[in-house]
Amino acid sequence: MMNNRDFIAKRAAAYFKPGDVVNLGIGIPSLCGSYAVSGVLFQSENGFIGIGPKAEGLMVNERYANAGGVNFVPVPGSSAFDVAASFCVIRSGRLAATVLGGLQVSADGDLANWATPGRAFGMGGAMDLCNGAKNVIVAMELVAKDGSPKIVKECTLPLTAVRCVNHIVTDRCVIDVTGEGLVLSEIRKGHTVEEIQAAVEPQLIISPELKEMEED
Amino acid sequence: MELSKVRSREEIIAQFKDGQTIAIGGQTNQYMPDRLIDCLLESGAKHLTVYSIDSSDPGHGVSLLLENGRVDAMITTHVGTNPLTNQRIQSGLLKAEFNPMGTFIERIRCGGAGLGGVLTKTGLGTVVEEGKQVITVNGERYLLETALHADVALTRCRRADPIGNLTYSGSSGHASHPVVATCGTLSIVECDHFCDLGEIGPDEVKVPGMFVDMILA
Repeated sequence: MMNNRDFIAKRAAAYFKPGDVVNLGIGIPSLCGSYAVSGVLFQSENGFIGIGPKAEGLMVNERYANAGGVNFVPVPGSSAFDVAASFCVIRSGRLAATVLGGLQVSADGDLANWATPGRAFGMGGAMDLCNGAKNVIVAMELVAKDGSPKIVKECTLPLTAVRCVNHIVTDRCVIDVTGEGLVLSEIRKGHTVEEIQAAVEPQLIISPELKEMEED
Repeated sequence: MELSKVRSREEIIAQFKDGQTIAIGGQTNQYMPDRLIDCLLESGAKHLTVYSIDSSDPGHGVSLLLENGRVDAMITTHVGTNPLTNQRIQSGLLKAEFNPMGTFIERIRCGGAGLGGVLTKTGLGTVVEEGKQVITVNGERYLLETALHADVALTRCRRADPIGNLTYSGSSGHASHPVVATCGTLSIVECDHFCDLGEIGPDEVKVPGMFVDMILA
C-alpha cells in the first residue's frame, strides 16, 4: 500500500486537468507532480512555467532550480521570467490550482500554514497563492503528530489568507469547503464517518454522494 | 571619459559603508551574486539593512552576512531554509519584517520605478495588514504596500555588455535579479559572461544598461 504522503499527493493531483498551470508547495504537495495527468504545466515562484523532472548528472544547472532549490529539467514549451512576472501570474487568477501544506484550516476555509509560536519562518509566496489561485487545495495529514485536530472552528495560528481553501485532501478523507460548511465528500477504506468527525472540530456535512477514496 | 562600467573588485569594495541598505537578488541559495557578497563582506561594512527573498542556507549567500554580524535588519519573505536566521531573530540580534513574496517584489519594483507603492489584496485579514492603510477602489479593498529603495543593489546576470545591458537565463537565473537590479541608488552586477558592445542584441536585453552602474570585473 502507498504511504500516506504519496496517497495524499496522488488524490490532490487528481484535481488537475490537461492545460492547467499549477503551483506546488514544499513537502507533500511537491510529490503531486508524479501523479498529474500529462499536459499539466508546473509553475515556480522564482519565475518559471514548465518545471520538469529532477535534473541528474550533466543536466544539473544552477540557473534551473525550483522554488524549493531542487534542480530540474525544463519541459518543452517552458517559459522563464522574473519574480515580479511570476506573481503577476499568481495574483491574477491564472493558476488553475495551488497545492499547499497546512497547519490549520478553519470551518470557513481560512488557512494557517506559515508560522508557529517561536518559529518565524515567513510566508514566502503562500499568501499570494491563496489569494490568486482558482483552486486552493490543502494537502495534509488529518490530525497533527500529537493527534490534535488541524481542521478547527477558528485558526489560532497566524493566518495565510481568509476564506481561501476549496479542498482539504488528507490521509483519511477529502473535505470540501462550501458556503454551507465543510462537506465530507470522500473517505478512505477502513475509516468511518464517526471517526473523521471526532478528529475535527467543526460539524461536518456528510455528502449524499460520499464515496470511498481510490487506492492505487 | 570612462564609458565602460566594468570595475575592479577594489573599486566595488570601496562603495560599501556602515548603515547602508543593500538589496540582494536571488533565491533558495541558487545563483546568488556570491562574488559581490564576498566584496561586501571584505569591505567590513556593518549595521546593514538587507532586502532579500530569503536568507540562503547556512554558510552561503546572504547567510554569510548574517553569520558575520553585519546585518541589523532584514525585509524578507521567508527564512525556512536557514535555522541560524530564526535563532538570530528569536535572540533579538536581527530585526526581520516578513512580506508576502509577491508584495516584496512589487515593493522592490516600485522602488526602481519611481512609484510610491502598489495596492494588493494579499495579506488582507492577516498580520500583514497590521499598521497598513486599506484603500477601497471600485468597491474592492486593497492594502497599500509602499516602495522599497536601496542604497546598493547586488545582482547576478547571464551576460552583460560594457554599458550594463543585461540578459538572464533560467528560473533561478532570473528570480528577483532583474527587478532588484533597478531598485538601488547604486546598482552593481556580476555576470557569467562579458559581451562586447553590440553582441547583445536590443531584443535580448532584459534590463537596459541605464539601470546599471557597475559590473564586477
